[in-house]
Amino acid sequence: MNRLNRIKPATNVVFNLLLLLLALVCIIPLILVFMVSISSEASLSAQGYRFIPESFSGTAYAFLWNERATILHALWISVLVTVLGTVLGLLLTTTMGYVLSRPVFRLKGFFTYVVFIPMIFNGGMLANYVVTNNLLGLGNNILALILPLAVSSFNIIICKTFFKSTIPDSIIESAKIDGATQFRIFGSIVMPISKPVLATIGLFLSFGYWNDWFQSTLYITDGRLFSLQALLDKMIKQIQYIAGNPSAGASLQQYISQMPTEGVRMAIAVVVVIPIACAYPFFQKYFISGLTIGAVKG
Amino acid sequence: MKTEQIEVNKIRKSKHKKRWTRDDTELSLLGLPCFVWFLLFSYQPMFGIIIAFKTFKIAPGHGFLYSLMGSDWAGLRNFRFFVQSNAFGMLLRNTVLYNIVFIVLGAVIPVVLAIVISQIYNKRAGKVYQTMMFFPHFMSWVVVSYFVYAFLSPDKGLINGIIRAFGGQTVQWYSEAKYWPYILVFMQVWKTIGYSMVVYLASITGIDQSLYEAAVIDGASKWQQAKYITLPSIKSVVVMMFILNVGRIFYSDFGLFYQVTQHIPNSLYTTVSTFDTYIFNAIRTNAPIGQTAAASFFQSIACCVTILLANFIVSKVDSDSAII
Repeated sequence: MNRLNRIKPATNVVFNLLLLLLALVCIIPLILVFMVSISSEASLSAQGYRFIPESFSGTAYAFLWNERATILHALWISVLVTVLGTVLGLLLTTTMGYVLSRPVFRLKGFFTYVVFIPMIFNGGMLANYVVTNNLLGLGNNILALILPLAVSSFNIIICKTFFKSTIPDSIIESAKIDGATQFRIFGSIVMPISKPVLATIGLFLSFGYWNDWFQSTLYITDGRLFSLQALLDKMIKQIQYIAGNPSAGASLQQYISQMPTEGVRMAIAVVVVIPIACAYPFFQKYFISGLTIGAVKG
Repeated sequence: MKTEQIEVNKIRKSKHKKRWTRDDTELSLLGLPCFVWFLLFSYQPMFGIIIAFKTFKIAPGHGFLYSLMGSDWAGLRNFRFFVQSNAFGMLLRNTVLYNIVFIVLGAVIPVVLAIVISQIYNKRAGKVYQTMMFFPHFMSWVVVSYFVYAFLSPDKGLINGIIRAFGGQTVQWYSEAKYWPYILVFMQVWKTIGYSMVVYLASITGIDQSLYEAAVIDGASKWQQAKYITLPSIKSVVVMMFILNVGRIFYSDFGLFYQVTQHIPNSLYTTVSTFDTYIFNAIRTNAPIGQTAAASFFQSIACCVTILLANFIVSKVDSDSAII
């Protein structure tokens, strides 16, 4: 920036302090939760949650390690749903995005309406529930976690804008002259040069699936299909839910009384959050580029 | 001369009649799976609106669709029931008021912050602040509810701990309704601040620097530069976000209201319930489906109207910014 047009140094200090404060407010909750998870139960009972506890302890994590079966299973479900959902979502979104980007296509107007209208009128929570649960019979089925979230009109518009602006018509025309079908063009020419948009939409979808808990609350009652987020949700009211298999011989009461409850609560939250917290800074630029493309009218 | 004219007209007309090409078939097939998805998951639910107009009764031994077809028509009875219920006024007030606050704060704060960040000397620090402020966006509301619990837990929470240390009276946070509007607004801003700011910042950095240089030569102050160069350049993005948010004014972010309050205890019911939490609860407690459907479709229809209205108003004021 031009040295002549800078803000005053004093203003710069004020701005930096303000931004620093806000940035800290954004990440402090994670720090508190992490500190609680490594506090000993004794200091938690005596002092409550503190940034710096009286004494540290790893018992919460040790406990989680013993119960890892439940957590690992939930992790498996989360991973499965995220991977399948992202792949499916990418396929559906990019095909429609490509089709809408073609300059001459008889059904383009029709498909555009099909994609655009749901942005204005939505069936609503109840109708979606009835369709997924009653009409399609996906109650307690892993597809209920995958299918409804696969496509969004916003993502399709991002794809369409990308294809329209990045793929020169000449390449497509020459491929057609060589006798390629649209399928071949899409698969062999368009996809390989679409890595940025694939990364962006893929990330949107992945984070959407990974963080979803709402679909589980509506459709899943079978514990074997709980994702990590669903597990966290169940545990808000019932901390003992984590007890997949209490050690043989001990009653549930005894088990709960031995559980380092407070620390465990926060430890699970930490376990769920840390992967995302570490990963997202690397993917920021894809998110930003996707959001800005979408914000420019497609 | 006349026959030539007719020939030319005939040729012109046949050129307008586009022939269905092989390309069209292939493209249609390529877009077919997504089209089917929309039919199943976007348009099929729209037809569910007839549930709101019927008194649904399960026909024993038959499936949902059959029972639905066989149920009696209820006219507008379900809608009337919903609109006249005690809950409706409260839900309407909560949903709309919270959204108005969210929309206003969501339009002002991120824009201000984006301008602030674009002005600081150290660009690397700016990137760090941006990354840190983006963090809440990636947390699910369930995880955030645990964060909030760490602060607000009545016996262990940090806030009560601090109050106790100063000799004050601890607060039963999850039972006192009066604090929650502020808590919820704060959490909503906390979670969305980074996302919006990042979008606006990207637009701001795209502004041609020579515009600023020209303004400086003309003697413009920083305020004037912001007002005449920066804000107009991001206007279309801000307006688009604004229209989309107004169009969702009868919807609410379910996770915010349901998870942060720890599944809405009774003490907070009238302060934090929105249409979405009401409908969700009705689904879970197996309330008569016609009434739940009426509530749900009230939302959809009302929002359809508001988004078209918002777009219309904006297109009259500044037609470049409208999205339809």
